[in-house]
Amino acid sequence: MGGLDDLYQELILDHYRRKRGEGRLDDPTVAVDQNNPLCGDEIHLELGIEEGRIARLAHTGEGCSISQASASMMSEALTGRSIEEALAVVEHFRLMMHGKEPADEERLGDAIALEGVAKYPVRIKCALLGWMAAKDAIQTYQGNGNGGG
Amino acid sequence: MSTAATIDVAALRADFPILSRRVHGKPLVYLDSAATSQKPRPVLEAMDAYYRETNANVHRGVYELAAEATARYEDARDAVAALVGAPREGVVFTKNASEAINLVAWAWGVRELRPGDEVLVTEMEHHSNIVPWQIVAQITGAVVRFAPVTPGGELDMDALRGMLTGRTRMVAVVHASNVLGTINPVAEIAALARQRGALSLVDASQSVPHMPVDVTALGCDFLAFTGHKMLGPTGIGVLVGRPDVLDRMEPFLGGGEMISNVSVEGSTWNDLPWKFEAGTPPIAEAVGLGAAARYLSAVGPAAVRAHEKEMAARMLDALAEVEGITIYGPRDPARRGAAVSFSLPDLHPHDIAQLVDQEGVCVRAGHHCAKPLMRVLGVGATARASAYLYNSPDEIDVLVRALHSARRAFGGR
Repeated sequence: MGGLDDLYQELILDHYRRKRGEGRLDDPTVAVDQNNPLCGDEIHLELGIEEGRIARLAHTGEGCSISQASASMMSEALTGRSIEEALAVVEHFRLMMHGKEPADEERLGDAIALEGVAKYPVRIKCALLGWMAAKDAIQTYQGNGNGGG
Repeated sequence: MSTAATIDVAALRADFPILSRRVHGKPLVYLDSAATSQKPRPVLEAMDAYYRETNANVHRGVYELAAEATARYEDARDAVAALVGAPREGVVFTKNASEAINLVAWAWGVRELRPGDEVLVTEMEHHSNIVPWQIVAQITGAVVRFAPVTPGGELDMDALRGMLTGRTRMVAVVHASNVLGTINPVAEIAALARQRGALSLVDASQSVPHMPVDVTALGCDFLAFTGHKMLGPTGIGVLVGRPDVLDRMEPFLGGGEMISNVSVEGSTWNDLPWKFEAGTPPIAEAVGLGAAARYLSAVGPAAVRAHEKEMAARMLDALAEVEGITIYGPRDPARRGAAVSFSLPDLHPHDIAQLVDQEGVCVRAGHHCAKPLMRVLGVGATARASAYLYNSPDEIDVLVRALHSARRAFGGR
């Protein structure tokens, strides 16, 4: 299938087939659900936050290769980060998806492979789903009296 | 009805300018007509001619141009009325099928439904025949009930009969499912509703474009469909209502056109169907829809149906050859239209749609605005290929080859 090589890179398909961070936590600090009403993709994301850091992260969901691979890459990119750093990485990823910032591999890790998705406007939402869930989870956590940090 | 049992697809395709274009260097294979149909030249030309030759507001001016515009607008109503066997005063132009159903939900439902009254829909409805009723139920205290779908993708008629009670005031049911392709026995359902003293509404968005539909024979009180799925433009839909029922209803939207007299003390309403057409209508779109209705009448709805039955059979057979595929809906082409939903293991519908697009093939992926049905099927999304009168069997072969190729791209076994 010529022409789609940047969309369906081997790294993306690898994350799709072997999702990192998939599952549930025993005692999540915060859990959120996000879905894409246009296509029905869903993610359930749980964070275990310790001393202002994302110590653990787990996700389950259903969706296309892009949304699922992206959630897998997101779990690697955000685990271990402080919640402020994580929010900044999410924002960087969002801007990259909209073609407004060049991808920073140090912050994104494997998720840099998703840069090509920006060329397929209808798939950007797929790629963003997990990351928006992460932002929602962190902001929910902050809104529960854990703000600022 | 037309005596022609078959369609000359090649000749007919020449009427559709878009079908000769290429996508990603490949010939366009358009298999998403359940989402929207392509438009034949007579429709495009009628709309263009309307603007070039007779553009004026309708039902107002005394001058020649306005009279011609009004005539074309009302001719379109006659063409639609003739296509579905309705009296012209029962043909109300709306924005789309959703607005047609909302019209009934608001103009009838909000005024007539009482707490505990029931609106019976089915699990295979498009959101457009669910959400308006839910909104009206919220306002009135009525209850929306869902008749179940069998594992084979057909309406459970025994269950539906059991759910039709003295509390049922409206039965709103889809004629042909946009996901499963299933053709429902709507004449029987309308008769059952009438026996119970309930009104009936048929969502005919996926039937009027594809098969003979005679609203009088169906016996329903309302029939809703949209222009853009039946070779017409977007922005125009139709509510066909039984004139005596429409007559008893209050207006939906208020404004210009729909009045008989307006004074500071109050207003009175225009005659049918204009009582339900507030404001300047989408005139060019109506003219386009009229041309579409004439085009369909000329080809012959029975011939369209015969062609699509063959296409459905061909698609079901060809898709069944793809390893691991799940096909939803009835297997008997006589019981279904040519919209076929399917899924593949380890290949999400979005990825299917994206991958086959590279071969020029347009299929839909997602929940098809039928989330309750998706839940019944136990999936979040499906891929759907839907054929129309301009599709040829060769195009199904292109789809199937593209699916094989998509499976290989994802390392399918």
